[in-house]
Amino acid sequence: MNAVLWGSLGLGAAEWLQLFVHFLMLSLLAIGGAITTAPDMQRFIVGERGWLSDAQFTASVALAQAAPGPNVLFVAVIGFNVGGLAGMLATMVGTLLPSTTLALTATRWGERRRDSRALQSFTAGLAPLTIGLLLASGWILLEPTRTQPGAVALVAVTLWLMLRTRWSPLWSIALGAAVGAAGLV
Amino acid sequence: MRTPASSRELFAVFTRLAMQGFGGVLPVAQRELVERQRWLSQDQFLQMLSVAQVLPGPNVINLSLMIGDRYFGWRGAAAALAGMLLAPLALVLALAMLAVRLQDAPLVAGALRGMGVVAAGLVLATALKLSPGLRRNALGLPPAALFALLTALAVGWLRWPLVWVVLGLGLASCALAWWRLRP
Repeated sequence: MNAVLWGSLGLGAAEWLQLFVHFLMLSLLAIGGAITTAPDMQRFIVGERGWLSDAQFTASVALAQAAPGPNVLFVAVIGFNVGGLAGMLATMVGTLLPSTTLALTATRWGERRRDSRALQSFTAGLAPLTIGLLLASGWILLEPTRTQPGAVALVAVTLWLMLRTRWSPLWSIALGAAVGAAGLV
Repeated sequence: MRTPASSRELFAVFTRLAMQGFGGVLPVAQRELVERQRWLSQDQFLQMLSVAQVLPGPNVINLSLMIGDRYFGWRGAAAALAGMLLAPLALVLALAMLAVRLQDAPLVAGALRGMGVVAAGLVLATALKLSPGLRRNALGLPPAALFALLTALAVGWLRWPLVWVVLGLGLASCALAWWRLRP
């Protein structure tokens, strides 16, 4: 039970604080999504502190990716594996508090100036970058598999289902799980 | 366009869309918020997502805060955020307790790999769905398409650090939009 609450590493007060503060700091550096800070989390938790092994770190990220929900939950799994529920709270609150506060303040500020030329050029100018970043993310997620004909076909089927039918993305995911379990990708 | 009736509806819709988001919530968010609930138009979604993406923090979390706040102030923001996080968090922690060892079973590993491929396809599909919006962009279509392509190449192919790409291409793109929007 204690392992669930606090983890099994027996961290001291100073270490809890360092864990929290490190994620607090990473929060504001996470431009383009939480996953962009994963390399630095790995450096801190695996390299500097040795709280998790490389394999544990990677497995934490993979587990969160496979489960439903926002990708940022990989931070919760890492926190949990370091320090149980308390560790999860330290990493999640650290990750979310600064960025959510800033996001709310900034949007409210922007909402009042919605029609200004500055804000309109800001959103118009960034829209193409958003689309470019989505294309890049899709490409990077295909890194391990994109040379396999099976994977390329699966992507093509997914695109067709999403663009040409009104089927929920869940069906595509189920198809992917079946194709993968059958050993075809 | 519809609007959500209450913070409770926000919570329910965001819980539902989060629980469908395997390998990322964004494609589901686009489908639920734009195509099913019709709270946002395709172009509004792209605009909000663009802002959510430059602000630090997880994009879809920022997006849910912005949408919640827009309808019901901080209560709406809290409801949307809670919807996005609570149920998936409980599930992923349960999974973490159960099974790091399950991942070594070949069947599970294969299924995870297949889901990963589809997750990538879903993100690409979202990009393609949003791209017709560039035709109405203040930049004009050719420059907008060029900026999208350069961003994809710099981040996806050349793997340049995101900060520099956003600062460099983003500044150039916004400056061009500023010039195009001159009165």
